[in-house]
Amino acid sequence: MTMPFYVSPEQLMKDRADYARKGIARGRSVVVLGYDGGIAFVAENPSRALHKVSEIYDRIAFAAVGKYNEFENLRVAGVRYADLRGYSYDRGDVTARGLANAYAQTLGTVFTQESKPYEVEIVVAEVGTDADSDQIYRLTYDGSVADEHGFVAMGGTAEPIVAGLQERWQPGMTLSAALRLAVELLAQDPSGGAPRTLGANQLEVAVIDRNRPRRTFRRVTGPLLEALLSSEDPTTGVPAEDGPQG
Amino acid sequence: MSFPGHQDAGRLPAAFTATGSSSFTEFVGAHAPHLLPSRRPLPPGGALEAPHGTTIVALTFDGGVVMAGDRRATMGNLIANRDMEKVYGADDYSAVGIAGTAGIAIELVKLFQVELEHYEKIEGALLSLEGKANRLATMIRSNLGLAMQGLAVVPLFAGFDLDTTVGRIFSYDVTGGCYEEHDHHSVGSGSLFARGALKKLWRPGMASADAVSIAVEALYDAADDDSATGGPDLGRRIWPTVAVIDTDGLRFLDDDALAGVVEQIVAGRRGNPGGAR
Repeated sequence: MTMPFYVSPEQLMKDRADYARKGIARGRSVVVLGYDGGIAFVAENPSRALHKVSEIYDRIAFAAVGKYNEFENLRVAGVRYADLRGYSYDRGDVTARGLANAYAQTLGTVFTQESKPYEVEIVVAEVGTDADSDQIYRLTYDGSVADEHGFVAMGGTAEPIVAGLQERWQPGMTLSAALRLAVELLAQDPSGGAPRTLGANQLEVAVIDRNRPRRTFRRVTGPLLEALLSSEDPTTGVPAEDGPQG
Repeated sequence: MSFPGHQDAGRLPAAFTATGSSSFTEFVGAHAPHLLPSRRPLPPGGALEAPHGTTIVALTFDGGVVMAGDRRATMGNLIANRDMEKVYGADDYSAVGIAGTAGIAIELVKLFQVELEHYEKIEGALLSLEGKANRLATMIRSNLGLAMQGLAVVPLFAGFDLDTTVGRIFSYDVTGGCYEEHDHHSVGSGSLFARGALKKLWRPGMASADAVSIAVEALYDAADDDSATGGPDLGRRIWPTVAVIDTDGLRFLDDDALAGVVEQIVAGRRGNPGGAR
């Protein structure tokens, strides 16, 4: 019979937290920030198919950093949770707060009970009827939840981005101004080197637009994203209606 | 929420995080089957009497498809409801109209809407039009037990095919058989009369406005001869529900737009009860 080594709970939790943090730090950051017409999500992600930002429900979106298979698993669970709740009660009964609680419990249980914690950090955001009723919840690998106001940055190099947002983000920015700020902060080099250039094809951008009826989530890609990121182009927001789809 | 298998307080049940299909119906069937109309135990005994929805028409035009339904629900010889909706948007590019037992039909449509949206969110892509039509067939098939007890639902499905950019129509039978229809089709108790009108009035290469007025005309003919189909109610200003689906997606015509179409048809029939020809 082998004797198990004694590991103090403090040490065990610290090791798990260190492990999760290391996993998360390997990935690129995601910025979530409010603008005059809703909440925008900006991620550095050259993939067109594997998303870091997704629709969960009518007014709720999801963004994540860390290990893809783990946050994808949580995303699918969130869509199932929301669709089941909306189907059995009413669409209006699906809230970001309820979803954030379910995620927090799940992440907390996995952190303490399973053989390894999830190496993820996620944001659940819900767009309200005005900027004051927007909700942004940030959840970490151990199940802690923070109710954020205005903006969140998460991922490996989040600290300088958060510092930049604290200094320069303002409520009521246009989408164009918010995106340019987010991209500039994502492009800066944390070790102090020259900033990289991030083009529209290296970014994954989505919004939940408070002015849209029912499903408010919308990906911003192609010429519209280029126009929003360009400082010369007068485009400042997303069109209220979708044009014909190709 | 309390659902079976919900042991860890607050934690999402294992079914939520399990690797599975992108079908909402399959997920609900495995996790909370009591929420599916087809999984509920049936009491023994004869057929129930429940409100029925009646006539739905659909016809294609150049670059899209129109679906329209009357607003009457009947229970036996009574009018159960005068302004019931029987044509619903299934997603941004398709619509479903229902004839048959209203309660089951509405539940089935709601499930179908969630099914399509769920697939779209999980997969990050829209189902093909055939895919949507086949999903609906599966759902009708699973309803056969209820149908045998008299709670039958027969939908009509129409959508814009984004691959070939044409409008297409699919009809169903009570066992879940799915058939693609050409140009136009109608279901429900007044469909015999509506189908005759559609056959005479439909022409290739029509504009959407012509298709809308033919749909209303066909419903008028159905209401003329079928007591379970409601005609346009000029007193209460209740018009048929009309959905137009084309490259811009699905939209329902508003009352003001429909009032003109309906009033023109009613005026045209004054002194000419046979209507357009």
